[in-house]
Amino acid sequence: MRYVAPATVDEAVAALAGATGTAKLLAGGTDLLVQMRSGRVRPDLVVDVKRIPGLIGIREEDGAFVIGAATSGAVLDEHEGLKQAWPGVVEGMELIGSTQVQGRASLVGNLCNASPAADSVPALITARAVCVIAGPKGRREAPVETIATGPGKTSLARDEFIVEFRLPKRPPRSADAYLRFIPRTEMDIAVVGAAVNVTLDAGGTCTEAMVVLGAVAPTAVIVTAAAEALVGSTLDDAALAKLDAAARAACKPINDKRGTIEYRTKVAGVLARRAAAIAFQRAGAR
Amino acid sequence: MAKTHVTATVNGEPAEFLCEAHETLLDVLRDELGLTGSKEGCSSGDCGACSVTIDGRLVCSCLVLASEAEGHAIETIEGMARGEQLHPLQRHFLQEGALQCGFCTPGLLVAAKSLIEHHPDPTETEARYWLAGNLCRCTGYDKVIKAVLGAAAEMRGAAPAAATDEARVS
Amino acid sequence: MNHVSDPKKLKVVGTRPVRPDGADKVTGRATFGADMRMPGMLTGAVKRSPHAHARILSIDTSKAAALPGVKAVVTAADFPNIPSEEAFVGEGPMNFRDLSRNCMARDKVLYEGHAVAAVAATSPAIAARAVELIAVEYEVLPHVIDVEDAMADGAPLLHDDVFTAGVEPK
Repeated sequence: MRYVAPATVDEAVAALAGATGTAKLLAGGTDLLVQMRSGRVRPDLVVDVKRIPGLIGIREEDGAFVIGAATSGAVLDEHEGLKQAWPGVVEGMELIGSTQVQGRASLVGNLCNASPAADSVPALITARAVCVIAGPKGRREAPVETIATGPGKTSLARDEFIVEFRLPKRPPRSADAYLRFIPRTEMDIAVVGAAVNVTLDAGGTCTEAMVVLGAVAPTAVIVTAAAEALVGSTLDDAALAKLDAAARAACKPINDKRGTIEYRTKVAGVLARRAAAIAFQRAGAR
Repeated sequence: MAKTHVTATVNGEPAEFLCEAHETLLDVLRDELGLTGSKEGCSSGDCGACSVTIDGRLVCSCLVLASEAEGHAIETIEGMARGEQLHPLQRHFLQEGALQCGFCTPGLLVAAKSLIEHHPDPTETEARYWLAGNLCRCTGYDKVIKAVLGAAAEMRGAAPAAATDEARVS
Repeated sequence: MNHVSDPKKLKVVGTRPVRPDGADKVTGRATFGADMRMPGMLTGAVKRSPHAHARILSIDTSKAAALPGVKAVVTAADFPNIPSEEAFVGEGPMNFRDLSRNCMARDKVLYEGHAVAAVAATSPAIAARAVELIAVEYEVLPHVIDVEDAMADGAPLLHDDVFTAGVEPK
């Protein structure tokens, strides 16, 4: 196995393009090294992106946030501006692993590892986050929901990698929330994850919404009917009931030791309600 | 495959070593630098026995390639005491009996030190959640938390904890 | 009930002593088994069965033995075939034949993870590579993981020479 730590995006792209055998990108390493140690993956080349300028760090551009792909969860959690604007995005990332894992784990790793249960993905989708992808032909952008195509699979070409995430400028009175259910208290894989992002008008009526569920299908699910249940409502009981039903209907989960299909489906409805309540409350307070 | 030459700072001292691409920071600390205080409990980032800090950030050294350490400052359990003078956390662990077999202890101490540096006045809940990545099979955690909160209080200069019980017989 | 006539004679009971190995454990100085390092020491690694129940048809260790750095490769063929003999070994009876088979499988593997071969090499990486190079041919047999299934007629038998005394038919 070879390890390289390119100093520029172009060097990294060249390393990926020129690799014979399996090349893996390394950001935080909290998925890659586990897979290497268990023998699940045996890369011929590891490309460490952390020394490339811009891959780590958070900056604001006219209210929009640009997050370096390899920025750790711990750094995200220390950024007051980001937490204020996108509490759901940050709390999704913060649920991953332990304090130690947070010290290294990144949004790009969580996204590109492409676990159906990835905790940072649903809220990134509801945030309308865009990935900036570098490749041999330069940069391109893609909505974050187009990246994971199935468990362990992404739409990225082998000589491409994500350099940053862009979160759009928020309209006023809008907020997000992410909740997940796990059997333990910490350190577990989501049985269900639910992200809700809403915008309210001055009277508290929802004008715009997105609801995304994680861990209930091979990739995160955008539940359009759930969003429709919220728009035009003040999150009254009728809206909550429609939201719950829409969330449940969108689930295509698996049976495993963490939960049966019936259980995951029921919890999806519950978490969608709770996440919506938190998002509404946060948005209304702005 | 040729080894990589790495220069880093370990416990405040310059360190350099050769490593293979697949070797982890934990491997190198233990096998090259003789710092066997950090332990390998799981190789999957779940148990925290390998906890160290990199540039002040708490991490699992089993999930860091040794090559990634280039240019960074690593702190391990071996850097906690100052010569023979124990860190307050180490003293409180001893006083409270917050260890039995001792295998998880270095990781817990490194993690707890990081907790207090980031949150000098943690609540019990904050301490428990921060330390969720450090597993202990022996103690049941209660005495660990008591030791951590006591050490945090001492380091804040708060009133010292009540003197431990004098020898007494019922 | 207190059998001590003079409590003032108690020197340790009723006190809170710091455990004698505590300082070593909280500083990371305490040496656990995996922390031992000696010049020229070898590292062992074990080849384990991926099957819950299988007959071992053949084990080819030639590629492992030929790997530079490998100093020994063993299978059950390198050990005496311990015959059936029951003995009380402390907490209850054991059969030495079963005990020895559990150390290293002979003829059959009885659980996923059952050791079938082992290597000693000059580094952990070489030992791990050598284990991968050992080729084992198995005839996979059915297994059960449920008590009811195990009691059913025709359930797979692990030992064709083990019978419950006093039960007919055998």
